[in-house]
Amino acid sequence: MSTLEIDRVRKSYGHFEVLKEVSISIGTGDFLVLLGPSGCGKSTLLNMIAGLETISGGEIRIAGKTVNELSPKDRDIAMVFQSYALYPTMTVRQNIEFGMKIRKVTQADRAKAVKTASDLLQIDHLLDRKPSQLSGGQRQRVAMGRAIVREPKLFLFDEPLSNLDAKLRVDMRTEIKRLHARLGTTIVYVTHDQIEAMTLATRVAVMKDGVVQQLDEPQAVYDRPANVYVARFVGSPAMNIVPAVLEVQGSTATAVIDIARRPAARIAGITLSSEALQRYAGKKVLVGIRPENFSIATGAAPPSLTIDFDVVEPTGPDTLAVFQLGGVEVTARLPPKQAHAGQEAALSVDTSKTVLFDIESETRID
Amino acid sequence: MAEALSQSGKARLGRIVIYTCLLIVALLYLMPLWVMVSTSLKPLDEIYGGSFIGLPKVVTLDAWRAAWSQACIGTECTGLKPYFVNSLLMVIPAVALSTGIGAINGYILTKWKFPGANFVFGLMLFGCFLPYQAILIPMARTLGLLGLAGSIPGLVAVHVSYGICFTTLFFRNYFVSLPDELTKAAMVDGAGFFRIFWSVILPTSIPIIVVSCIWQFTQIWNDFLFGVSFTSGSSSPITVALNNIVNVTTGRKQYNVDMAAAMIAAIPTLVVYIVAGRYFVRGLTAGAVKG
Ligand SMILES: Nc1ncnc2c1ncn2[C@@H]1O[C@H](COP(=O)(O)OP(=O)(O)OP(=O)(O)O)[C@@H](O)[C@H]1O
Ligand SMILES: [Mg+2]
Repeated sequence: MSTLEIDRVRKSYGHFEVLKEVSISIGTGDFLVLLGPSGCGKSTLLNMIAGLETISGGEIRIAGKTVNELSPKDRDIAMVFQSYALYPTMTVRQNIEFGMKIRKVTQADRAKAVKTASDLLQIDHLLDRKPSQLSGGQRQRVAMGRAIVREPKLFLFDEPLSNLDAKLRVDMRTEIKRLHARLGTTIVYVTHDQIEAMTLATRVAVMKDGVVQQLDEPQAVYDRPANVYVARFVGSPAMNIVPAVLEVQGSTATAVIDIARRPAARIAGITLSSEALQRYAGKKVLVGIRPENFSIATGAAPPSLTIDFDVVEPTGPDTLAVFQLGGVEVTARLPPKQAHAGQEAALSVDTSKTVLFDIESETRID
Repeated sequence: MAEALSQSGKARLGRIVIYTCLLIVALLYLMPLWVMVSTSLKPLDEIYGGSFIGLPKVVTLDAWRAAWSQACIGTECTGLKPYFVNSLLMVIPAVALSTGIGAINGYILTKWKFPGANFVFGLMLFGCFLPYQAILIPMARTLGLLGLAGSIPGLVAVHVSYGICFTTLFFRNYFVSLPDELTKAAMVDGAGFFRIFWSVILPTSIPIIVVSCIWQFTQIWNDFLFGVSFTSGSSSPITVALNNIVNVTTGRKQYNVDMAAAMIAAIPTLVVYIVAGRYFVRGLTAGAVKG
């Protein structure tokens, strides 16, 4: 259990810069998720924390101690790999014991550790099987067992669930969350699945092209994305990003959005800092609205916009309605049976959840 | 109905044709072996008096006995026995060393890549295509400098250095298909270079070890050129001795002894194939269907 500080860490392969000044700091017991698309450098960063890749620049500190020059075995970490990397010729028990044998843990202590871990993960009936005789979910558990017996300061997970089918993935996700609650060990977890990030993390670092776009609690990343990229990456369906012009009235702003063959939409009552109000008055901006922040306008609140639905996709718990707004396609998440294709509708928008982005830099305006 | 019948009839006819062809080809292939076995079991007079191909009228193991322990090679009449032992003394260390070094090379070239690893591998591949004749003279010089000229250890050294190219190729191609995460996991578990090799990599490599051993065994056991070039007299391997038996006899040519001697020289490779042949096929295809 410990803190982890990644301090201006860089990594290049030849001239190709994979990580550019990555800084992340988390506290004891945190569950950090590194979230980003394929090839953004998540695994590279994780391998650098583990000591499996050299560090081109900057510093990594575990529990306050710089580990740049330490080999993996001296970093007091344990890692679970995407392919599980179980030793194919060893039984489950031997797999779990291997690290302890190397560290010269006594036979009795090894047996005790295996017992504890296998009870925790419910794999005690599998101990004498070879990895090839296990299902994907069971292999996953064994890989976690191998990590747990290490009792490390830091757990590292590299997309541990990506080889499982959808149902099992959800189950194992819960399992990992429970494990974290039980053990309280600091975890760094790599995934490109934003739902995994939202459900598991206490801190999410959204990465793109070797740069951390945002480091925050999952809810904050969801509600206040730092830029358009994060806004689009986190949440499904993605946040709608629509061009608009900002009108300022006193201390609030109104985003005015063109709608083809209809009066412009007016999303009023957006609160901004006075500095931002001054700077963006009358300017073009990007408005970010989550699908669930649209609702069918009722008598109480005046509608923000009137549109025609193009396509309607019922998902069961709710209905996704697609329409044109400001020249782009927009999705609203509405209660079932409230939307019909081709139907005209008056919608209102929850302005407290609306975010604005600079049209040039695409960063959030506060 | 009738059509279906004629269909199956056609299929059967095709099958008969195929099997007949296979049988003929197999018989053709087995013909020389048959001649060797039957000739080696005949007394010399019968060979000179009668047909070469027919069954022996009198079965005798005299020729085998002579080939094994009495035939004259040069001036010594010791049979093949001491040379068979020479070949064993040569082949066992040479196969073990070249396979071992090839395994470590393959391990380094795939799991502990260093800058220029691919270039080094390229050079080694190049070694596979070097013709034997091209290295004879430099090799003779080197052995002379090392003081190993004309000895069995010298021959072992030649076979090891020539074989490493092939064994490295085998092991590299096999290890490339093992996921790197396996080595990484072992490193996180605290295992070092040799521990990972012994405990994680080698146990998964049985099929390719067998392939390498069979390949090296047949190459080295059957080699004649290196043997005749780098050894002489009593340190010759069996292939050289066989050649001497066959060529140097005076008087009537002892076909039965020649045949028995050739069979004795071929038996070890046959045994190796029969014992380990199924691993050979499995190992050769193992890289393709990684599981
Ligand atoms: N050994 C290497 N040499 C050169 N480039 C590399 C090397 N390893 C990784 N890269 C590059 O670094 C970038 C980041 O790779 P990394 O494996 O960290 O991505 P990732 O975010 O984990 O992606 P994924 O989700 O697909 O696993 C990629 O563009 C990759 O091509
Ligand atoms: Mg990765």
